[in-house]
Amino acid sequence: MRAPRENASWIRDLRSCGPVQAEALTDLRELLLRGLAKSFQARGETDQAFVEDVVQQALVHILDHLEQFQGRSRFTTWAMAIAVRLAMSALRRTRWQDVSLESMSAPSEGTPAWDRDDTTSPAQYAEQHAILQTLTRLIAEALTEKQWLALTAELGGMPLEEIARRMGSNVNAVYKLLHDARQRLKHGLETAGYTAEDVRSAFA
Amino acid sequence: MALHPEQAKALTEMVLRTRDQEMTCDECLDEIAAFVEVQLTGTPLSAALQAVYEHLERCHHCADEYHVLRQALEALGEEEGR
Repeated sequence: MRAPRENASWIRDLRSCGPVQAEALTDLRELLLRGLAKSFQARGETDQAFVEDVVQQALVHILDHLEQFQGRSRFTTWAMAIAVRLAMSALRRTRWQDVSLESMSAPSEGTPAWDRDDTTSPAQYAEQHAILQTLTRLIAEALTEKQWLALTAELGGMPLEEIARRMGSNVNAVYKLLHDARQRLKHGLETAGYTAEDVRSAFA
Repeated sequence: MALHPEQAKALTEMVLRTRDQEMTCDECLDEIAAFVEVQLTGTPLSAALQAVYEHLERCHHCADEYHVLRQALEALGEEEGR
């Protein structure tokens, strides 16, 4: 049995051609298949065909992007991270394919009411309600419709790449849009006199 | 959809965790391989990897990818250890 390859050997062998590259690809394919199969088996949401398809895509991507490996981890960890990213992206696309942004949106105006449950004291309920009123005002005054749409989708669990796809944007731009929205709400809460401790204890 | 207590709680928590400077998802995933190795070996986090840790606390999608990657590597490590 051959010794495990070092990072430089992986790069050298994958960049070569003929049987050397073919052997490196076979080794990498088997390693990615074993890792992903175990990981997704534990989650119980995919089958072997899905894993094999993702690994094939990952190998193509890795071969095309070898120059992006900067040696900050083992090569095989970097390669596995690429395979995981492709797999998760495919799963999210399938999971969210029939959900529109609009179906996840909440009205940006008006204060919704909720019933106090048995575990919430009247004082805590009043504090929750006051914070919600402030938040509702801040959302209406400080956020754009696009920011609120993205924020409610994120609150509903929609992945950023799916929000981006629906907005015709990219993940980084959506992250920045959401970061700006969160900053505005945070600043607004602070200006209204709420500390992080106040807010957390109200919703504890 | 009106915000109910759980959503209001999630929104406020999201807002409270906001920092002026934050790593984006792409920046986080670019460092995820180095981060997972450090986590698996229990080595202290560098400042750059601390930013990954903070991003994972805020972003459950990246955290999900981290956990899958970690599980895959742990499974391979167990095989090697046999």
